Amino acid sequence: MDITEDTVRQVAKLARLAMTDEEVHAMAPELNDILSYAQQLQKVSLEDVEPTSHSQLLTNALRVDSPKPSLAREEALRNAPDSDEGQIRVPAVLEG
Amino acid sequence: MMETVKQIQESLAKRETKPSEWVAKALQQIDAHDGQIGAFLTVDREQALAAAKRLDETETEQVERSGPQPLFGIPYALKDNICTEGLRTTAASRILENYIPPYSATVLHRLEGAGGVLVGKTNMDEFAMGSSTETSAFQVTHNPHRVGHVPGGSSGGSAAAVAANMVPFALGSDTGGSIRQPAAFCGVVGVKPTYGRVSRYGLIAFASSLDQIGPFTQTVEDAAIVLNAICGFDPLDSTSTQRKAERFDEDLAAGVRGLRVGVLRHAVDGGVDAGVAAAFQKAMEVLKDAGAELVEMDLPHLDYAVATYYLLAPAEASSNLARYDGVRYGRRVEAATLLDMYEKSRSEGFGREVKRRIMIGTYALSSGYYDAYYLRAQKMRTLIRQDFTEAFATCDVIASPTVPTPAFAIGEKVDNPLQMYLNDIFTIPANLAGLPSISVPCGAVDGLPVGLQLVGQAFAEKTLLRVAYAYEQMRGFERSLGSEEVGQ
Repeated sequence: MDITEDTVRQVAKLARLAMTDEEVHAMAPELNDILSYAQQLQKVSLEDVEPTSHSQLLTNALRVDSPKPSLAREEALRNAPDSDEGQIRVPAVLEG
Repeated sequence: MMETVKQIQESLAKRETKPSEWVAKALQQIDAHDGQIGAFLTVDREQALAAAKRLDETETEQVERSGPQPLFGIPYALKDNICTEGLRTTAASRILENYIPPYSATVLHRLEGAGGVLVGKTNMDEFAMGSSTETSAFQVTHNPHRVGHVPGGSSGGSAAAVAANMVPFALGSDTGGSIRQPAAFCGVVGVKPTYGRVSRYGLIAFASSLDQIGPFTQTVEDAAIVLNAICGFDPLDSTSTQRKAERFDEDLAAGVRGLRVGVLRHAVDGGVDAGVAAAFQKAMEVLKDAGAELVEMDLPHLDYAVATYYLLAPAEASSNLARYDGVRYGRRVEAATLLDMYEKSRSEGFGREVKRRIMIGTYALSSGYYDAYYLRAQKMRTLIRQDFTEAFATCDVIASPTVPTPAFAIGEKVDNPLQMYLNDIFTIPANLAGLPSISVPCGAVDGLPVGLQLVGQAFAEKTLLRVAYAYEQMRGFERSLGSEEVGQ
């Protein structure tokens, strides 16, 4: 098991986390420890075992599709860091 | 001392006291001791007093007309990952530091409907990730039995608030032991109900297939009373069970004669503190004397539970926490591009443990590692579930210590995440299998409380509570046996 600092940088990118060099340096051995410990799962034969995603083995829970009032726009926007004219403002995505 | 829920119920029913007196008592205890303990992130003083005053003025006939209110006038606290409309809810994270939910969790509606009075929101590990409440972005919480020691976590504030007699009950959430472990460390009762018993609507998600809300109380009977109020189907949580609600306090005193208590073989092995093992063995003697049959048993895949959990929970968390991007709510750090804004907002908003878990989860789910980590952990989850199914052919409940050690000193384990994780060995399996579980005080080691954990079959909370109640009645001490308690 070897999580290099490059791996940490790559995973941080996937997770949308900006990390300083110091953070990357500290994180690599910690992830190594934890993932090395998790390596014990590799020793067990699990070939014919079905995965469990949920303890109660639920099937789809359906309900009648009846429209109901939902959160008012101004309520929904109250926690938005930056909003304008009933919409959330973010940095420009497209140029021009 | 704070009276139990049951005692307050009786006093109010006889009109000896008024709701506002109990709320005032809770606030006085908080004023007197929370400077030292740090259990609360928010105390909603004015609202609580106003709500109590309204209840004071409610005539008996009005109460009767509006249906049974089993928690009428009883003050309580909520962990700060349970959304409360109009009242700051932070999950102890900088990223939600100023978040005011526009809606309330279903449990809050249920407790309000039952007549309870919310006095405040309690400290926790950030996003419930931790076993000591030390990962909170805002403050440290101390164990009321020994200042300078952790209260456990992640629901450490709720456990400490009950242990320090600030409130007769509080709610927490349990993803891998976050109710039972702090209950054990603080010498109070904590219950993680069967997955699906309690609506998760309005609970800030950590690992959705494992999270469950449950109570902290001083007694097993109180836990049953609170469960009566919070359990039940909720159309807003499609994983909540459609089963009929039960009266959990009905058969508490039925005794344990004829019940088989499985004694987990790992319970007293090398990894368990000698004092904890001794307290546990004594508890088993008590149950035997009460008429229970003790059965030696094993969960063959227990040794893999921690590894399984620390892949699955971070994987689910990495997905759940993707929503914190600085766009719709929460902390935003301005940047020139959208991607920079996401990265900066998340990096400044999340603490170290949360980042660590997001990183593990993202890694375990990433292409090339998914099969080796996430999928294997899901398969091991199947084997752990099967272990329980087989175990319940030979016993009705499974007993072990709740935690292998008593509470540790603040700062002792923060630099060793893996050591911290290994502490969860006995609590994690019940979450992986979705089973109900309780921690009840069973003694102390050098003045620090020890918890007895019982795990039951899915939806068999009543059996679980019956065994815990029988033990509590016969164990030979009043409460947690801890010493140096703050808040007495």
